[in-house]
Amino acid sequence: MTLLRAERVFKNYGANEVLKGVDLEVTAGQVVCLLGPSGSGKSTFLRCINHLERIRSGRIWIDGELIGYRQAGDKLYELDENAISRQRAEVGMVFQDFNLFAHYTAAENVMAGPVLVRGEDRRRARDQAVGLLTRVGLADKLDAYPRQLSGGQQQRVAIARALAMRPKLMLFDEPTSALDPELVGEVLEVMRALADDGQTMIVVTHEVGFAREVADLVAFLDQGVILELGPPAEVLANPANPRTQAFLSKVL
Amino acid sequence: MDSSASDDRGELEIRAIPARHPWRWAGAALVVLLAAMLVRSFLTNPRYEWDVVFSWLLARTIIRGLLLTLALTAVSMLAGILLGVLLAVMRGSPNRLLSGAAGSYIWFFRGTPLLVQLVFWFNLSALYPRIGLGIPFGGPEWASLDANALISPMTAAFLGLALNEAAYLAEIVRAGIVSVPAGQVQAAAALGLTRRKTMRRIVLPQAMRVIVPPTGNQTISMLKTSSLVSVLAIPELLYSAQIVYSRTFQTIPLLIVVSIWYLLLTSALTAVQGRIERRYGRYA
Repeated sequence: MTLLRAERVFKNYGANEVLKGVDLEVTAGQVVCLLGPSGSGKSTFLRCINHLERIRSGRIWIDGELIGYRQAGDKLYELDENAISRQRAEVGMVFQDFNLFAHYTAAENVMAGPVLVRGEDRRRARDQAVGLLTRVGLADKLDAYPRQLSGGQQQRVAIARALAMRPKLMLFDEPTSALDPELVGEVLEVMRALADDGQTMIVVTHEVGFAREVADLVAFLDQGVILELGPPAEVLANPANPRTQAFLSKVL
Repeated sequence: MDSSASDDRGELEIRAIPARHPWRWAGAALVVLLAAMLVRSFLTNPRYEWDVVFSWLLARTIIRGLLLTLALTAVSMLAGILLGVLLAVMRGSPNRLLSGAAGSYIWFFRGTPLLVQLVFWFNLSALYPRIGLGIPFGGPEWASLDANALISPMTAAFLGLALNEAAYLAEIVRAGIVSVPAGQVQAAAALGLTRRKTMRRIVLPQAMRVIVPPTGNQTISMLKTSSLVSVLAIPELLYSAQIVYSRTFQTIPLLIVVSIWYLLLTSALTAVQGRIERRYGRYA
């Protein structure tokens, strides 16, 4: 079953073309890693998927639902804010800089989605938060504020916060790039466990090792297009495109 | 002593003669001299009339003026905060008309003296003799009132203080909103929060840390500035004292009474402000 379909996605900032026709199809349960040099458009593409960025042309569907617009006949209507927020609630996102809500404790961060977006009962949301934080190994940090946590711990809270909405799709935007090297492992471990549980994930990353071991598909982006797409064994071991070869020789 | 970190040759002590700061001492001596002169004049200059000061300090008319000053400050500040938040949010709107309107408001109310604004409100009836409620541009009018009846000196004072304060608070709240990192807003959006909820639950609570200290200063400043409404003959603290000394000619003692009360109130407010600041700084 196709969970995400992106078709001919174009995006520009003024004269700067960031995405030049990106196509991608992700099946439910798949883990897709987006690799590529900085400025290749990987993160921008990720942010287009949940409409944090508005695309210039193309279509993105999640679970058959068009993102950001409603189609009636051959006309497109821009969705209002509430409808866009509802769509975003179905998609979890993890940021490079964690972006935990600074005025909330770890548990409150994880409760934020269920309580503020879905209007769930606080007690139930708290129970769920305890469960999720236990799952990411932070059962002892429930009442810690973000500034009291290490980067790796903050990122694990951020993952739990996204999971609390039971998202159909999880987007990871360079989740380990802001971490000290010794903290990268704990975050990747949580992501690996998620993948094993069958969570559909799109991961923008520089961790080629993670891509090789966990990804079902690896896409290599450069200058706004997907140059290469396939199972990691193919793309990482025998890249066909010379630019993929050049990139991999630098990061491996 | 921790043996791993220490040097077994023993300490090389510093027993130096302290550097001298003669100018510091000269300055301090001058200050002491001036303070002594001031205190002596307080005690010996009979024109301070301390007995009069103390007899009026708790007088009923003064206390009533004091309560009016407090009420006027509280009500104007509250209205100013509400309008200020609205203006700050408008100022940040992607809609140019909304942000432009807020900008013009701030420009106007910060760019004209409060005293002028107060007198202006007081004389509003000269500009709009009747104020009504109805459909504009020639539509029916449901009710209308004589502006002179509607704009009492008290209303003019409240409008002047609150509308002027809102302009300053709008800038303070705006600075607070801008101080919250963009990542917080993005994380909220990605989670599915609407812009309104993001503002109310994520941005404003965090902006409070930046907003509270200058708002405290504004409150203290408002307490003192409210004495300007004495020109509208509103018996707040200053005007209450003026009424008395215009009758008894004890001008200086009564101004001292007024100053004592203002000092007490601003000191109390400063203490309260410190507590609130610590409260909002918890998570940082």
